[in-house]
Amino acid sequence: MESGKNQHFYRKLHSLLGIIPVGVFMTVHLCVNYSATYGIDSYNKAADFMVNLPFKYFLELFIIFIPLLFHGVYGIFIARQAKNNVTRYGFFRNWKFFLQRITGLIAFAFIIWHIWETKIQVEFNGIEANYNLMADIVDNGISLALYIIGIVSCIYHFVNGIWTFLITWGITVSPKSQKVTQYIAIGLFIALSFIGIRAILAFA
Amino acid sequence: MGTEKTIHLIITRQKDAQSAPYTEEFMVPYRSNMNIISSLMEIQKNPVNAKGEKTTPVIWESVCLEEVCGACSMVINGKPRQACSSLIDQLDQPIHIAPLATFPVMRDLMIDRSWMFNALKKVKAWIPIDGTHDLGPGPRMPEKTRQWAYELSKCMTCGCCLEACPNVNEKSNFIGPAPLSQVRLFNAHPTGAMHKEERLLAIMGEGGLTSCGNSQNCVEVCPKGIPLTTSIADLNRQTTIQSLKNFFG
Repeated sequence: MESGKNQHFYRKLHSLLGIIPVGVFMTVHLCVNYSATYGIDSYNKAADFMVNLPFKYFLELFIIFIPLLFHGVYGIFIARQAKNNVTRYGFFRNWKFFLQRITGLIAFAFIIWHIWETKIQVEFNGIEANYNLMADIVDNGISLALYIIGIVSCIYHFVNGIWTFLITWGITVSPKSQKVTQYIAIGLFIALSFIGIRAILAFA
Repeated sequence: MGTEKTIHLIITRQKDAQSAPYTEEFMVPYRSNMNIISSLMEIQKNPVNAKGEKTTPVIWESVCLEEVCGACSMVINGKPRQACSSLIDQLDQPIHIAPLATFPVMRDLMIDRSWMFNALKKVKAWIPIDGTHDLGPGPRMPEKTRQWAYELSKCMTCGCCLEACPNVNEKSNFIGPAPLSQVRLFNAHPTGAMHKEERLLAIMGEGGLTSCGNSQNCVEVCPKGIPLTTSIADLNRQTTIQSLKNFFG
């Protein structure tokens, strides 16, 4: 897995793919979901547009599934290498490091469940991708709670991933720039969490 | 005369490299201006534990006693730091002392730091200046660069940053922050820069730079206040550029 000499390439690719395309896709996805707050018809129209995109399978494969699978599997390998020590070193950024790994694992499980309940059912069981599909899934409190946890975990992982991406690629070098991007990441976390949670509550 | 003041020490000990660690408590007579080293020397003088039993003296390593050699690193009250600069008057009692267990523990508080010295060899943390003839004085270093490079040169390979790093452990072969920062130091030197590429290629392999997970504990615990995370981020930039050069030429 680590491929000796190529670690540098794989780690930087892993970091990049988390933002482009996976994180960007997630942001678009959350915004499409948000149309549910405008009403059932608005959501169905937006979902219809996404489902009927030309070259959909090609786009899904290269913009979603291949990068997501690589990022997820390699990410679990990276997470397993850490020996978390937040109890001994309770620094803010060490907590973020710890949460990045925890939310990554939650996101991995959540996305498998989410794909199973939506994508797989639509493609193989002939269920239509519309408002009712989601409304049925989050019909009960437990599923809704799990969805909110999953969505917030994905958002945290993405925004903190932007912060680490900027360091990993050598863009933010100075402590000052790392601090500024930290504030931007916090702002983005609040904004995306608002969009994501408000959207899922529109189905409940 | 008032009552005799004592220092309460709880020390994590180990008989040898193979045996399991255990703790032993000591009550050491207090004198003013003591540090951890002088407290351990008291145990050496009179190896009797808090229960009054005769025991073996606690083993540790120290050399300079002024926080420049890096040999006396220990975990003192949960924080990795130098025993010589840890003053008793500034510590909460009982004082917990443990070895830097990220490294192989040889005995008591004595650890084997050769992992770091091997890493310095791997990343070529030196400047080759020898020739068969006089190579002359070499290029000058800009004063602005010298100022921050001097800060990096304060690294004493004490290992505190590796102890605090969650990615330095038996499951990973990450070389840790200290050797990485040395790459930045030697790459910044005008003569050292002639071998910049070799050092960058060395840290682009397994267990190198990208094993960093940005927990940034290293910069929090460094006893010399070295901007380790700035070094790591700067090397991330250097290696990004290097990898583009490697591929595109």
